[in-house]
Amino acid sequence: MTDVSHSGTGKTRRSVMQTLEIDTRLLGMIGAFVAIALAFQIWTGVRASAGGGFDPIGWLTNGRFLIPQNTYNIAVQTVSIAIMATGMVFIIVTRHIDLSVGSLLALCSAVMAMVQTQIMPHYLGLGLEHPLNAPVAVLAGIATGVLIGGFQGWLVGYQGIPSFIVTLGGLLIWSRVAYFVVGGQTIGPLDSTFLMLGGTNGTIGALASWVLGATGAAIAVWGIWAARRGKVGHGFAVKPVWAEVTLSAIAAAAILGFIALINATQIPPGRLTRIFAARGETVPEGYTEAFGLPISVILLLLVALAMTVIAVRTRFGRYIFATGGNPDAAALSGINTKLLTVKVFALMGGLCGLSAAVASARLSNHSLDLGQLDELRVIAAAVIGGTALAGGLGTIHGAILGALIMQALQSGMAMVGVDAPFQNIVVGVVLVLAVWIDIQYRKRSGVK
Amino acid sequence: MAGNTGAPLVDLRDIHISFGGIKAVDGVSLDLYPGEVVGLLGHNGAGKSTLIKCLSGAYQADSGEIYIDGQKADIQNPRDARAYNIETIYQTLALADNLDAAANLFLGRELTTALGFVDDARMEAETRKIMARLNPNFKKLKEPVSALSGGQRQSVAIARAVYFNARILIMDEPTAALGPQETQMVAELIQELKRQGLGIFLIDHDVHAVKQLCDRAAVMKNGQLIGVVKVDEVTEDDILAMIILGKKPEHLAA
Ligand SMILES: Nc1ncnc2c1ncn2[C@@H]1O[C@H](COP(=O)(O)OP(=O)(O)O)[C@@H](O)[C@H]1O
Ligand SMILES: [Mg+2]
Repeated sequence: MTDVSHSGTGKTRRSVMQTLEIDTRLLGMIGAFVAIALAFQIWTGVRASAGGGFDPIGWLTNGRFLIPQNTYNIAVQTVSIAIMATGMVFIIVTRHIDLSVGSLLALCSAVMAMVQTQIMPHYLGLGLEHPLNAPVAVLAGIATGVLIGGFQGWLVGYQGIPSFIVTLGGLLIWSRVAYFVVGGQTIGPLDSTFLMLGGTNGTIGALASWVLGATGAAIAVWGIWAARRGKVGHGFAVKPVWAEVTLSAIAAAAILGFIALINATQIPPGRLTRIFAARGETVPEGYTEAFGLPISVILLLLVALAMTVIAVRTRFGRYIFATGGNPDAAALSGINTKLLTVKVFALMGGLCGLSAAVASARLSNHSLDLGQLDELRVIAAAVIGGTALAGGLGTIHGAILGALIMQALQSGMAMVGVDAPFQNIVVGVVLVLAVWIDIQYRKRSGVK
Repeated sequence: MAGNTGAPLVDLRDIHISFGGIKAVDGVSLDLYPGEVVGLLGHNGAGKSTLIKCLSGAYQADSGEIYIDGQKADIQNPRDARAYNIETIYQTLALADNLDAAANLFLGRELTTALGFVDDARMEAETRKIMARLNPNFKKLKEPVSALSGGQRQSVAIARAVYFNARILIMDEPTAALGPQETQMVAELIQELKRQGLGIFLIDHDVHAVKQLCDRAAVMKNGQLIGVVKVDEVTEDDILAMIILGKKPEHLAA
């Protein structure tokens, strides 16, 4: 056979980016994120140095956006949406949609609230603050999400009802069910162990954060070189050593830089006083302490890692992408696409449960409007992160970055005093713009 | 032709399939021997694809039986068909465009590591090996198959059948989307696989190609089997007449 498929003219000079094999779309998203951060930094900086004339350096250094406390808050606020966005990637990749996630989050949160404030303490007589309350509540919430998600997936996969309809129904149903579960009341305060999932109520301290970061960096670097060894073993072409070294350095620097940023956030003096007072001590003169990584952020990182492994390293993930790329081909290859649909929706439901734990713990109670409009933020995060609604295409890290971009935009706008209605307009414009840019990019690069 | 002795490799007996009121396949019986290529001809909508899809597990017959090696076979889905070493090459439906050649070749039968993770490196190495044999010009191993030409895509599908030791190969208009050279490649592959003893059902609109590649030709119309003829004993015009008129020419009807 004579294929006419010369790829370029052979030995053309490859750019540094090509040699490093860095995903240019990912780079674009990081660029957008940096641009947004710098814009708000300068905006707040101009305000802070009002009347100081033209002083770009001063604006950058006086800005309020890129200070540790604020980046810490953004990280904590992103977790709930980001966890769900990873599940939404699988949903959209298989050519479905889930409009019920915000509503389902509310129901999972309601179940968790009732389990820890009513069922465990009173019906089972364990009392408030029993060590089992938080874990049982979280498991019950996740189980609720898995069951309801799986049920919706069954309606989609086996009964052939479009996911848009099933989950639109779910959107209307589950938040109302949540309302009845809690009897139309805000439930709180929640169990103090449970609250550790919420953010600053549960942090691991500076030292443990460094240890975790260093371990993560070591694993990342090891992974890069293990992959290289695997390729050499099969006789495949590998990147030049300098490229691998550069990539290893970037990975390690990114992880450790993130830890440094997190550890730069100090516990406020008032709170420190309370913590010491609880132990019957007083805060020593000049003593400061960093929060370190919040448990919720660690949870997100674990979810991201697990979902990425599922996506690229397991059969389940392979079948998700195959089904999204060509459902008929997948079915003809012996993949049970109906059962796959159930699993994908069940996984989404479970992540809603986990997200519900983080969200209600952050607010320290179950409030009635929890999760409202989350479906739109979650879908927007996945789509901004490069997940194609046509199916077959999407990444976990992209969705998380998408969630981060949205949260940064919202925090920044709130900080500079943009009115809430106008915030929605900006987010809407960014969503459409991101997809438009993605389409242009795919046209240019010839990727379908 | 391979000796028509012993039990046929495939024996389809009195297959009926209808969709709503339409009898897509209406009492068709057809057999296939090892090392034999049987052409399946007929107008669009004649029921050719539907018939072979019940062998490949994509559809289930309303009634009728399938025998493989003389044993009654139970084929409920594509996985069952694969267990009988039946592989199918479709005109369009075969590949997931967003995945690369190796992922497609092994789709549903991934090689895994000791820990159960997909072993992409080993699958790529195997794909390189088999492609070097089937289509030495095949270089785009890392790209999604949407970036491949029709012939390259078809060679991925054929590689799948070869790699997993198909004994029964079903090809539904394998060359419909291909240029002349790529069509020639597929023709050569069919002859090679036939020599290796596979039984092949070939659905093709090109009567000339069927006469060259096949041992027998089966003609369908409106879901019914008009007749099966040995291609050496008929002319292209005879076959065309069967397709158009829906009956065996007088001099063959013996
Ligand atoms: N899944 C289906 N649902 C309904 N009708 C179908 C289906 N598949 C095939 N048919 C009908 O069955 C008949 C035979 O189709 P097909 O087997 O595709 O013909 P051929 O492959 O010979 O062109 C046609 O009338 C077609 O419309
Ligand atoms: Mg057909």
